[in-house]
Amino acid sequence: MTRWIDNLAILLALLGLWYLAWWQAGDSAITPPVQTLKFALYLLGSADFWPHVWATVLAFLYALAISAVLGITLGLVLGLHRFSGEVFEPILASFYTIPKVTLYPLMLLIFGLGLSAKVAFGVIHGMIPVTLFTLAAVKNIPGVLTRTARALRLSPRQTALHVLMPAVLPEIISGLRIGFALTFLGVLIGEMFASQRGLGFLIINGINQHDVARTTAVIVIVVTAAVLANGALLRLDRHARHDV
Amino acid sequence: MSTPTAHATLRGVTRIYPSLVHALGPVDLDLRQGEFFSVVGPSGCGKSTLLDVLAGLSAPTSGTIAFEGRPVNGVPDGVGVVFQEDSSFAWLNVQDNVAFGLRRAGMEAAEIKRRVEYALGFMGLRDFATAFPAQLSGGMRQRVCIARTLVMQPRLILLDEPFGALDQQTRLLMGDELLRLWRETGATVMLITHALDEAAMLSDRVGVMSSRPGCFIDLAVTDWPRARDSRIVSDPAFGLLTARLWSSLRAESMKAIGRVA
Amino acid sequence: MRGVALTRLGVIAAFIALLEALCRFGIVKPLTLVAPSRMVGTLIDLIQAGDVGDDAARTAIEVAGAFVLAILLGVSIGAVIHAIPRLRRAVAPVLVSWYAVPSFVFYPLFIALLGLSEAPLIAIGAFSATPAMVVATISGLDRVPRVLRRVARVHRMGFWDTLRHITLPSALPSLFTGVKLAFAYAFIGVIAGEFILSGGGLGYAIAYAYESFETAKMYALMLLVLGVGVAVNAGLHTWEGRLLRRRQR
Repeated sequence: MTRWIDNLAILLALLGLWYLAWWQAGDSAITPPVQTLKFALYLLGSADFWPHVWATVLAFLYALAISAVLGITLGLVLGLHRFSGEVFEPILASFYTIPKVTLYPLMLLIFGLGLSAKVAFGVIHGMIPVTLFTLAAVKNIPGVLTRTARALRLSPRQTALHVLMPAVLPEIISGLRIGFALTFLGVLIGEMFASQRGLGFLIINGINQHDVARTTAVIVIVVTAAVLANGALLRLDRHARHDV
Repeated sequence: MSTPTAHATLRGVTRIYPSLVHALGPVDLDLRQGEFFSVVGPSGCGKSTLLDVLAGLSAPTSGTIAFEGRPVNGVPDGVGVVFQEDSSFAWLNVQDNVAFGLRRAGMEAAEIKRRVEYALGFMGLRDFATAFPAQLSGGMRQRVCIARTLVMQPRLILLDEPFGALDQQTRLLMGDELLRLWRETGATVMLITHALDEAAMLSDRVGVMSSRPGCFIDLAVTDWPRARDSRIVSDPAFGLLTARLWSSLRAESMKAIGRVA
Repeated sequence: MRGVALTRLGVIAAFIALLEALCRFGIVKPLTLVAPSRMVGTLIDLIQAGDVGDDAARTAIEVAGAFVLAILLGVSIGAVIHAIPRLRRAVAPVLVSWYAVPSFVFYPLFIALLGLSEAPLIAIGAFSATPAMVVATISGLDRVPRVLRRVARVHRMGFWDTLRHITLPSALPSLFTGVKLAFAYAFIGVIAGEFILSGGGLGYAIAYAYESFETAKMYALMLLVLGVGVAVNAGLHTWEGRLLRRRQR
């Protein structure tokens, strides 16, 4: 019960901040909550809006699949081969901390305008955290687990399936959760330049045309979707850690 | 021990947590000037709560506590505490750890140096003066914590299972060091422990506590000479004493783990 | 450990050599990618001609402002949240969802609130960097061992003495992780904001060079951003190592 009250209080506080921002900045920068919500509902009900959503979702799913597969594979390889892991981990970590948006001209030059550039943008943002989390998970498997597996005379296949996989899974899911958010971010950024379709395009287009109502509504839809998806993944994450 | 006078007294002390768990008491206890007193009891019986209220770390729910004739509220001057957990400062080297309290008291540098060197020598830490805790074993770190308390020259030393995390051999040797420290400083010592042999070997008196709420159910006087060490474990009286402590404690310990005696 | 470091250098050198070769032998067109040696040459020329000074200074001010602001805000907010368990439980979902929100979409709002200057970009950088510092502060305060708080009371230390001698040193490793992340996020936020929406700074200069087909200049500036980012991160990493070196092992 108090939980719900607290969550409601936080929501009200955020809405209050929003109102305050609107009150300070005015209609030329942001629309207030109720008006925005109305416009968002209108957008969600209009046929013109959904192609943009599907464009973003499609690019995002491709990018997420590539980020996950490449990230987990690379993480496993680097985690199992200790030397390579030590060589490459700092390189990956510093790549994570540089502004990748500046690479966008390069991406456009390589992939051209369109879907592949958006996907590539998603992948360069989302793949690194998946790799780093997987790498750390494999590197930190407690030695006692592999010894237990040997003591129980498990075959290599059984060991991988019943001991190593469950041991690294929670960390990999955490990595995927962060990779999920960053892939989404990357795809949105990609759409801002590399595309005439998608939610990122709608946002940048709205900003450029000073269509405040549309921009605010799309941003709210995007943020809400991101937060909800993150919440669901967080639940999965906790579940995998047996920490519910 | 000439005339044994009360150094610290507890009268009708109880402690009930806000969750209404009755943890301790009522307890009446006189710690004599310069004695080595141990408290044993089943886990969760309130031994550590007893130490906390005596140290002034938490207030009793009822009853009075006095140290050197003055009522205790807050940690009194002249009381030193050694905890079970490693409480060395990871960011200071050994000599800075040991000097910590003296520096805070604003003592002059030459005197700090003298006292720290003495404490390091006494605890066998001289070769590790510039080492950091992370480079030391658990036993060595606990020595650092004891040395940090020792340099303050406390008149009452409270130890809360200080050797709980150490292996048996190390415990015996640390026990010897503790006895030596006690003899040389003349301080009053109260040791909380769950190890009966440790209590039997080190103490002048051993108080046995019941399961929660902890009260004293037995008080054993050991009659050991002041000059004693861990070899006392081969004395027949040691076996008898340990057996007596265990027979007082067995039923209580079974209660503590949820069995009927 | 030397072997690892040398191999890492070798890998990076090989990568640069590969790029150089691809460009020199015309396998990649100069409109797509310029040789690393030419990037460096162009960058030196730009610096000597004084062409990057203004943009670099602007970006530096914005990143520094955002970084400092994020640390101050992050530590204070983190301390408050840590002190009130109920608040902590309530804001936890907000904190973990934060990086799922693309911060630069708030740029128009920040311009309307703060005017057309460096301030909106400082706000964007701080907006993306603060939560990392908040989380680091909370976890740092969580890691102050209870026994050390008791030691502080045995030594009869007051609030400020406890903070200085016990709390801060105990929380330092976590705090430093936060500082490193705060820099990275402030840097990313500021450059992305400049790149997408602003009219000045290195991010803007790169976008401008791209749009006016000055490929060599664009890559030189990208190299500068990359170099500065990596250098500051390495600097923070070394400093952290020096501060915490003797605590580990």
